[in-house]
Amino acid sequence: MLHLSYSDYATLRAHGEETYPHECCGVLLGAAAPDGNYVRAIVRAGNTRTDSAHNRYHIAPEELIRIQRRARKLGLDIVGFYHSHPDCPAQWSLTDFNEAHWIGCSYVITRVDQGNAAITNSFLLTGTDEEDKKFLDEPVEIAVNEQQIEQEKGQA
Amino acid sequence: MKINIPTPLRAYTGGEQTVSVLGATVGDTLEALTGAYPELRQHLYTAEGKLRSFVNLYLNDDDIRYLPQKEATPVAENDELTIIPSIAGGY
Repeated sequence: MLHLSYSDYATLRAHGEETYPHECCGVLLGAAAPDGNYVRAIVRAGNTRTDSAHNRYHIAPEELIRIQRRARKLGLDIVGFYHSHPDCPAQWSLTDFNEAHWIGCSYVITRVDQGNAAITNSFLLTGTDEEDKKFLDEPVEIAVNEQQIEQEKGQA
Repeated sequence: MKINIPTPLRAYTGGEQTVSVLGATVGDTLEALTGAYPELRQHLYTAEGKLRSFVNLYLNDDDIRYLPQKEATPVAENDELTIIPSIAGGY
């Protein structure tokens, strides 16, 4: 199971709306536990696939290294990634699968319809190597901060 | 020198995030790494012994593919080698 806060969930979906009609991408930082990956922070990343940003994403390894360094200073680790599928299903594609190499990490995909975030799904990359890797549907638990909800109600 | 191990490969380094190895060049340190943790080899290299295409190796902030001496690049004790698999995809 993937555990993340409502705030991070909303932020990664908003990122997909912001970059529409292009794919967004980012990194999930946190800790792995026996009952799943716990996200403590998310970091936006740039999509270097400017040649085909509507249906491809790629995070520069240099940026990934910078993110990893910052994460370690915070005592966090890379536990997953997120990206969007503009006007396409929130399901992993063959490209997603072929390009997925972080076994044990969560891959979160948000469908963005006409600029509005729709379904968000997570897939856990399992296996031991490139030959037997596979994506499993991964339940997502979203922790709602009651205090934050009350504050938002008060502002409405 | 220190080698940073990415999340998916820590299963083969006893869970260690970083591993310290000795070596005069990038290639030496990789040999030392895979010597100490033999299971890592198949995840870093193809059966033909070539670095897998999705595995990026950075010496400090430099991609070793673009260093003039590549894996023969000399390293110092306080250098840092980072193994970072690529992340990409799309619908």
